[in-house]
Amino acid sequence: MKRINSVEDLEREREKIRAARDPNKPCITICTGTGCHAAGCYPVAGALREALRTGGIEGEVDLRITGCHGFCERGPLVVINPQRILYQRVKPDDAPDIVSETLKKGKIIERLLYVHPLTEEKIVREDDVPFYKLQKRIIFGNNGNIDPTSIEDYLAIGGYSALAKALTSMEPQQIVEEVKKSGLRGRGGGGFHTGTKWESCRKASGDTRYVICNADEGDPGAYMDRSLLEGNPHSVLEGMIIGAFAIGSNEGYVYVRNEYPLAVENLRIALDRANDWGFFGKNILGSGFDFNVKINRGGGAFVCGESTALMASLEGQPGEPRAKHIHTVESGLYEKPTNLNNVETWANVPYIVNLGAEQYRQIGTDGSKGTKIFSLVGKVNNTGLVEVPMGITLREIVYDIGGGIIGGKRFKAIQTGGPSGGCLPESLLDLPVDFDRLTEAGSMMGSGGMIVMDENNCMVDVAKYFMNFLKEESCGKCASCREGTKRMYEVLHRITEGNGREGDIALLEDLSFVTAEASLCALGGTAPNPVLSTIRYFREEYEVHIKNKKCPAGVCKELITYRIIPNQCTICGRCQKVCPSQAIRGKIKMKKPFEILPEKCIRCGMCSEACKFDAIEIV
Amino acid sequence: MDVNPVETILKRYDYQDSWLVAMLQDLQTEMHYLPKEALEYMAEKLGISRTRIFRVATFYAAFSLTPKGKHRIHVCLGTACHVRGAGLIVNTLERQLKIKPGGTTSDLQFSLDTVNCLGACASGPIVVVDGEYSGEMSSLKMEKLLKPYRKGKKES
Ligand SMILES: Cc1cc2nc3c(=O)[nH]c(=O)nc-3n(C[C@H](O)[C@H](O)[C@H](O)COP(=O)(O)O)c2cc1C
Ligand code: FES
Repeated sequence: MKRINSVEDLEREREKIRAARDPNKPCITICTGTGCHAAGCYPVAGALREALRTGGIEGEVDLRITGCHGFCERGPLVVINPQRILYQRVKPDDAPDIVSETLKKGKIIERLLYVHPLTEEKIVREDDVPFYKLQKRIIFGNNGNIDPTSIEDYLAIGGYSALAKALTSMEPQQIVEEVKKSGLRGRGGGGFHTGTKWESCRKASGDTRYVICNADEGDPGAYMDRSLLEGNPHSVLEGMIIGAFAIGSNEGYVYVRNEYPLAVENLRIALDRANDWGFFGKNILGSGFDFNVKINRGGGAFVCGESTALMASLEGQPGEPRAKHIHTVESGLYEKPTNLNNVETWANVPYIVNLGAEQYRQIGTDGSKGTKIFSLVGKVNNTGLVEVPMGITLREIVYDIGGGIIGGKRFKAIQTGGPSGGCLPESLLDLPVDFDRLTEAGSMMGSGGMIVMDENNCMVDVAKYFMNFLKEESCGKCASCREGTKRMYEVLHRITEGNGREGDIALLEDLSFVTAEASLCALGGTAPNPVLSTIRYFREEYEVHIKNKKCPAGVCKELITYRIIPNQCTICGRCQKVCPSQAIRGKIKMKKPFEILPEKCIRCGMCSEACKFDAIEIV
Repeated sequence: MDVNPVETILKRYDYQDSWLVAMLQDLQTEMHYLPKEALEYMAEKLGISRTRIFRVATFYAAFSLTPKGKHRIHVCLGTACHVRGAGLIVNTLERQLKIKPGGTTSDLQFSLDTVNCLGACASGPIVVVDGEYSGEMSSLKMEKLLKPYRKGKKES
């Protein structure tokens, strides 16, 4: 590809790409996001290709490998365009039918349709599935329409038109104003106003400025940044070029988590292709503006998601944060003014530039504009990635989009904000989701993890889980975080072991106060949130652990006993076979219900998993 | 020690110490761990102190200073996997392999590590053996998953 040197050339090339495509030509898109990958999408893709060939319609149908569509629970997902028929849980064996029935005869294959769990209605079109219908997929939606390795696909849907607009018809300061006016706030957790940050960086003194994309995605249980980078890397890159132009930076970095090899690969391909086309390098689109981006892989440390630690890591140092008396927008990477934004924040930029701030502001609440992508996971029926307008309630997300709790169990809590966030109870399900409301409730927007918990999850255990995570991930530089997280973990650990003491809750509150107040960075500053929020909303559960030495949810190993319910036991012997510690007494011949010997039982849960008759209970 | 692979990596980044983390990642990928001699050699060539290179090498979870087993098992302990019972899977593996997370069996067949989220949370609990993802795992399914590796039928 020859470098494009002007907006006119770009539009001419775009027209060529579009003219060569027939919008009515059937196209099968296959989701190959991580969820579908684990569910076996590649054999399905192979089988479809083969079926098209043997069916003799190879040339008449396009097959497109795309990034994550979001409905991971139902993968592998296949969508037939232009009708947008959604087939879910597709297996390689289904491929011949899809070709011979749907593509050749236009017939719908009923068994592959999504069935509404309540009405039992079969839904044909992707957009009619409640999971998608209630979303507003302005940033994430294109994932399903493009092959992330094809820049032509991105151009065909209007890609890089925002860049063209910004470079040729807007002044840098005007772009900053537009982003300010849009009300966009950082999607990485803190919710800082993006336009204000850009402005400070733009005004900071010095010639060299850096822009960085934070793709470290450390929140365990969140994968939207990964899926954006894997599925639509150009949108993030386009946002970065526009931002760099507005700020006055010629050099950028993307800091990607090491655990995301496909994101790195797709980003690399996108960067190379965009370079070939002339969206990077010197004199971009003939505007005189130069910009280049380098990709760095993280080293697997949660704290490296923090701005100053990330910059230290980029310099080849251990990722330890520093005190922020001086902001990174003034002195960041190599002590130069540096603007850091999250993946999703960057991906919002082209949308805002194209649409205009006025339109963008229409979406969301007073203080939080636009949409947010959440990773809706845990004990919810429709797990996956959802993009919703700010201000939607938790209930709508969990029940209307998420389809409620798995197995009809009772909702207990929803965790947002990752290790810096908190657990919110049922009584707060009608809370509108935006930056400020979540913070008021003792949680946080965070980067977008949303983990649903049911009656079988113990809140003390969850608090212990996060504290364990934080004590491991604390870099150790400041004593309050290093010691505070450790001591809080110890107290939580003893409570879950049945050694909790009177006064432990107050002690946790004390430790929380000191850790939050005295820590160097926000890791320590927000570390108490999981503890404080669970104490605030689930105090009783703590008390039962401490006073009665019981775990009502049946999770804390030291406080529970496995038991076989005699009249439910069918004497099949399956539990005995799998028990690794010979803790189950009984013989099939004796025709008497089996029994668990508490002194031998190690509470590994294998028997209850093996039992097909729900005959094993936890008390 | 064969310095060639180390030299290749150093050259790839033009002997620039700001790319230290990336170099160590490449070394880890190449050798499956960071041999002490290689780190010392690197420090010398980059003109940085041994303290700095060891500080970086021990700071990041992606690096290991000891050799890993032939088959690498990663159990996700991210929040989504945790609430679906990933902890029990780790307990089972600890018992069966007689090692703790971070450890390697004495016959160097298996290494067990836990990770904080692999980005496939929707199908948790997730276990990855030699790069192959398995979703909705449990202790019982784990035995089945490892069988071919134990019998040496599956090569990494
Ligand atoms: C311990 C810690 C971990 C963080 N991890 C991430 C992360 O993984 N991804 C991210 O975008 N921001 C993370 N942040 C927030 C960043 O410091 C920073 O605020 C953000 O990247 C700025 O981008 P934004 O304004 O677009 O949100 C983390 C902060 C802390 C304190
Ligand atoms: S929590 Fe296990 S894959 Fe995300």
